[in-house]
Amino acid sequence: MSVPRYWRKQLNRYNLKGSKCETCGRHFFPPRGLCPECRRDGKIVDCEFSGNGTVRTFSIIRTASSDYDIQTPYPLAIIELDEGTCMTAQVICEPEEIHIGMKVKRVFRRIIAEGNGGVIVYGTKFVPA
Amino acid sequence: MVGIITYGAYIPRYRIKTEEIARVWGANGAEIAAGLGVKEKSVPDLDEDTITMSVEAARSALARRDIPRDAIGAIYVGSESHPYAVKPSSATVGEAICATPVMTAADYEFACKAGTAAIQTCMGLVKSGMVKYGCAIGADTAQGAPGDALEYTASAGGAAFFIGNDNPIAEINHTCSYTSDTPDFWRREGQTYPSHGGRFSGDPAYFKHVQGAAHLMMEQMGTTPSDYDYAIFHQPNAKFPRKVAAMLGFTSTQIKPGLAVPRLGNTYSGAVPIGISATLDIAKPGDHIFVTSYGSGAGSDAFDITVTDAIESDVFNRSAAPTVEELLANGKYLDYALYAKHKGKIVMQ
Ligand SMILES: [Zn+2]
Repeated sequence: MSVPRYWRKQLNRYNLKGSKCETCGRHFFPPRGLCPECRRDGKIVDCEFSGNGTVRTFSIIRTASSDYDIQTPYPLAIIELDEGTCMTAQVICEPEEIHIGMKVKRVFRRIIAEGNGGVIVYGTKFVPA
Repeated sequence: MVGIITYGAYIPRYRIKTEEIARVWGANGAEIAAGLGVKEKSVPDLDEDTITMSVEAARSALARRDIPRDAIGAIYVGSESHPYAVKPSSATVGEAICATPVMTAADYEFACKAGTAAIQTCMGLVKSGMVKYGCAIGADTAQGAPGDALEYTASAGGAAFFIGNDNPIAEINHTCSYTSDTPDFWRREGQTYPSHGGRFSGDPAYFKHVQGAAHLMMEQMGTTPSDYDYAIFHQPNAKFPRKVAAMLGFTSTQIKPGLAVPRLGNTYSGAVPIGISATLDIAKPGDHIFVTSYGSGAGSDAFDITVTDAIESDVFNRSAAPTVEELLANGKYLDYALYAKHKGKIVMQ
């Protein structure tokens, strides 16, 4: 991914900033500008997620591209945030420790460092709560 | 009066025992652990660095006491392991705690005292009315070359302090410093590991500057060691702070809560900030705290702090973030091979 693309999505990655529809109460991450339910009747506002959630499903990554390889094996999970929307993120724990229904909370970590001279990308991962 | 509005600490979850490091180098682990007074040290996870630890510490501080993000006018991160040579850690921390864009920020470096230098800067900005709140952080993923004496202690952690004058949990009554050009420890640009002057790092460096600043503080405040409930000294190992405390006339009881080094190792810029955090974790209103940091090169910053009623009031929720004691508990132990991977001592091709 290019540096400008990383940067544009930075605020959402750092702080789980998404949006919600005030009409029906649905939350969106990444943020959406239009509610798929309410369409034109929906009133979309910015919101920040608490960062608490539950593991809905997961996969153990054993082979990864070179930038992520040193971390393998690591769990990648679909996490349902307490506000009711899902996101995919790494859970920092042993592969045998993760399970469906596990409560997790957000932490601030390095997502990727491009070699020794490239940009370091930071963002949100999860740890057992 | 200017003081600490809230604070938070962060220590990574991984640990390695002094004896495990000694085993690899064929050294006597029990003897080294006893000599340094360091049993084990913290190790950062593969995706942790000074920026991530600073963000976690600052977020813990804000969990204890929420302050308006737009009132945070300054952020200074003190470290000798900023992830970038050029690109400020402080701007990323500012963005991650939603304090950007109307704020000033800079990264500080003064070996192990960059965090206390950040506190002094924030005090000046608050006292002069330039900012309402300033955030001062000291954090490091400390480096020690494989096989070097520093490898037994170089660890990872940090703490954040929000400085302001609106109902602080601890008032900072006074600060003073003692600085001279002393070549006891250094790292040149582009070098991975620091160099040190061996025995030279003791008397003319640590002991001279810590005592210099400590005496200056007691002289200017008209105090003696018995006027304080707690004292925190820079802790590159457990031996130095114990010795300097005794030389100055402080007791082992006074330094005990703030002496994290036996189970944490030397977190460099994080050491005194974590020591202050550990002491504030247990402090009561009215407690009087003496602090002296040390940074090679060399200098010491001293602080005279009084804990206020606010620490036990509704404006502050101490249990909303983990204490240093809680952060030190439940460590996950690594063997040397995994430790080397964590510290990037194995180069992946
Ligand atoms: Zn809707």
